Amino acid sequence: MTLHYYLQVVILPILALSAILIFIRLLIGPSLSDRVVALDLLITTAIGTISVFAVIFDEKDYLDVAIILALIAFLTTVAFAYYIEKQIKR
Amino acid sequence: MDYLIMVIITFGALFVLFAAIGIVRMPDLYLRLSVTTKAATLGVGMILISGAVYFSEPSMTTRALAVVFFLLLNAPVGAHLIGKASYFAGIPLWKKTVLDDIKGSKDDYLALKNGEDEDRNKNTDTESQKPEADV
Repeated sequence: MTLHYYLQVVILPILALSAILIFIRLLIGPSLSDRVVALDLLITTAIGTISVFAVIFDEKDYLDVAIILALIAFLTTVAFAYYIEKQIKR
Repeated sequence: MDYLIMVIITFGALFVLFAAIGIVRMPDLYLRLSVTTKAATLGVGMILISGAVYFSEPSMTTRALAVVFFLLLNAPVGAHLIGKASYFAGIPLWKKTVLDDIKGSKDDYLALKNGEDEDRNKNTDTESQKPEADV
C-alpha cells in the first residue's frame, strides 16, 4: 500500500466525515457563538485537508493557501467576537 | 519514511475526527470551545508536520511550522474572546456545571467597558475644547 493510496482511501474520508459533522453543528447551532465556533473548526479542518492534498498532488504551493486560511480564521473569530460583544445589554 | 508519515497523519486525522464528534456531542458552548482549541489544533498540527516530513525541504518545513505557530497562537486567543463575549451576552452554561468563577461579575464587566469609553470621550472632549479656550 503506497502512501498516496492510503491518503486517498483512509485519511481524506476521515477528514470529509469530520467536516460533515462540523457542518451539522453549523446548521443546528442554537446561538450565533456556536456557529462561529463551528466555522472556526471548519476552517481548521480545511487547513488539514489542504496539506493532505499538497502531499497527494506533490504540489508545494498549496501550503501558502493554508497560511492565508489560518490568518483569515483568526480574523473572522475576532470580528464575530467584537460584534457579539456589541450586542451585550445592561 | 512512508510509514512514519502514515502513522503521524493517521493520529492527526483521528484527532480532527474526535474534535468533530465532540463539537456535535458536547452539551454546552464552552465545552465545545475547549474541543475546538485543543483537539483540532493538535490534529491539524500533526497533519502539517507529516506534510513537512514528506517534502523534507527547508522551505516547506518553514511554511508548515508557520501554520502550526499561527494555530497555536490564535486558537486560545480566539477562544478566550468568543467565550468572554458569549458569557456576558447571556449564553447559558450546562445545567450540570459545578463551578462558575465569574458569576455575577457582569456589572463589573460593563462598568469597566463603559468606564473606558467614558474616559475616552472625556479625553476627546477636553482635547476638542482646548483650542476653543485658547481662542
